[in-house]
Amino acid sequence: MLKLGVPSKGRLMEKTFDWFGQRGVRLHKAGSEREYAARVEGIEGLSLVLLSAGEIPRELAAGRIHLGVTGSDLVREKLADWPAQVRELVPMGFGHADLVIAVPAAWIDVDTLDDLDAVAAAFRATHGHRLRIATKYHRLVREFLRENGVADYQLVDSQGATEGTVKNLTAEAIADITSTGETLRANHLKILADGLVHASQATLFMSRNARFGDDETRTLSVLARRLGLDEVRP
Amino acid sequence: MAGKAEARAEAARLMQAFLDAGARAVEADILQPAETLLDLYGEDIRARAYVTNDPLRGEMMLRPDFTVPVVQMHMAGGAEPARYCYAGEVFRKQERPSARAVEYLQVGYEVFDRDDPVAADAEVFSLFDRLLSPLGLRAITGDIAILTAAVRGLDTIDSRKRALLRHVWRPRRFTRLLERFGGLQPQPESRQRLIANLRAGRMPEAAAPLIGLRSRVEIEARLAALVEDAEAPPIPAQQVAQIEALLNLSGKAGAALDRLREMAAEMPAIRAATDRLAQRLDALAGRGINVDALDFEASHGRSTMEYYDGFVFAFHAPNPDLPPVASGGRYDALTAVLGQGRSIPAVGGVIRPGLVADLKGAQPC
Repeated sequence: MLKLGVPSKGRLMEKTFDWFGQRGVRLHKAGSEREYAARVEGIEGLSLVLLSAGEIPRELAAGRIHLGVTGSDLVREKLADWPAQVRELVPMGFGHADLVIAVPAAWIDVDTLDDLDAVAAAFRATHGHRLRIATKYHRLVREFLRENGVADYQLVDSQGATEGTVKNLTAEAIADITSTGETLRANHLKILADGLVHASQATLFMSRNARFGDDETRTLSVLARRLGLDEVRP
Repeated sequence: MAGKAEARAEAARLMQAFLDAGARAVEADILQPAETLLDLYGEDIRARAYVTNDPLRGEMMLRPDFTVPVVQMHMAGGAEPARYCYAGEVFRKQERPSARAVEYLQVGYEVFDRDDPVAADAEVFSLFDRLLSPLGLRAITGDIAILTAAVRGLDTIDSRKRALLRHVWRPRRFTRLLERFGGLQPQPESRQRLIANLRAGRMPEAAAPLIGLRSRVEIEARLAALVEDAEAPPIPAQQVAQIEALLNLSGKAGAALDRLREMAAEMPAIRAATDRLAQRLDALAGRGINVDALDFEASHGRSTMEYYDGFVFAFHAPNPDLPPVASGGRYDALTAVLGQGRSIPAVGGVIRPGLVADLKGAQPC
């Protein structure tokens, strides 16, 4: 069986079902609304696994599912050296969200990463600790800031309500997902001009670590044709 | 590939050589408080060191090197001068698939001595050279102090020099700043607009109330610094070119010294550091090192995670995929950072006994 992992609830699940449905692969939730079971119509040998979007990267890396739909940000955040573990088959055109770095809008002297770096140095000298950036995207943000040569900052973990951390004095800046920027503005924050860490969207990934037997390879090729993808081989 | 037993035997042999050279054996905990290392190296260390959690002490790291705990131990009350040696595992996370070991032995030798830093540099290097000489390694040397002296001597405002000195260990950022300060890269449009407003006496209005720990006073201080920067003339093109030439300088030590002396004629700021290099080469020659064959790269040691600020060196095997068999350097500034107000000139280095055992095993008997 070729196993396809899809998000188990919410808009991401509905949009995923729609996307496959438009391409002749009908995905359904089985049984009651609350039951996490699903079935596929229109293609033989494909089974559906409903998972939390955040767990799909791990399941792909472990090879327990062959294909999976999740945000491109989650794959980059959760998997070290992600291109070695999964392959990006197709961006699906929904679930858009930008991971951005934002600072207080009242910082009229700060517009770019260069400014943030200079402010971090001065902040550390004044306050005796590194400038704190609240985020749950530790890997993505750290790699982005290293790439851009920003120093004297500290990542503090924030798993929710991240936009509130600056007002609560637990961080000086944040790195978080935004789609419209509305929540950032409401919390008196602004996005740095060059502070886009990653533009994320829902993406169909293939595991490089899953076992593909003859059956799975055959189903994959049928599915790929149905989805209008170029020849896909495991 | 030599096993752990061979690596351990080689480590014991190197330890004995360091003890014979007059060092005292010291130990360090494997679990180190993460905070000290993070404050020193920044968040990037998380990609290179294993972080674990203690329910009471908070974040801990499996030691990525011995330098920090050994310096802390010395600064907490070691006698002067001091020579220390140590041997044990260090742990380095790899975020990409790699043949490099994530856990390996290091044997190190560190000298804390105020009297004659040049002699201490030569002592450490020649000791390493003697111990490694049967392996046919290539030694590379450098001197970060020449680069920092050149930056300090630039004809420009202090804030620019401080920014450049802060990024000496981040070569790409350093180059970008140098080009910006040299007027080779324009300021972003938003900065130009801000400066125009400030010059016209118009304080830009903030789009929102001020939140967070950073105060209005800090924002105003930075605005003043931005105006000062905008009013300062660019670093002269000739000086930017001199720094770039210095960064690209590489060759045999003798030829490099001649070239640096030529450069020092136009960059008097590097004269003292260049004299020190000359003294060091003399001291090395006095200890039997063939300095004519020694490689010198002015940029060597800039992209490592270490805190070197003077003499730096590494010994490489012919196979370019292997990490350095040994490396080290001078880290005077680190002792000041960890010394809470006190500091002492210090130099040292480490050898990887596992690689030494591998290379010995590969050699025809």
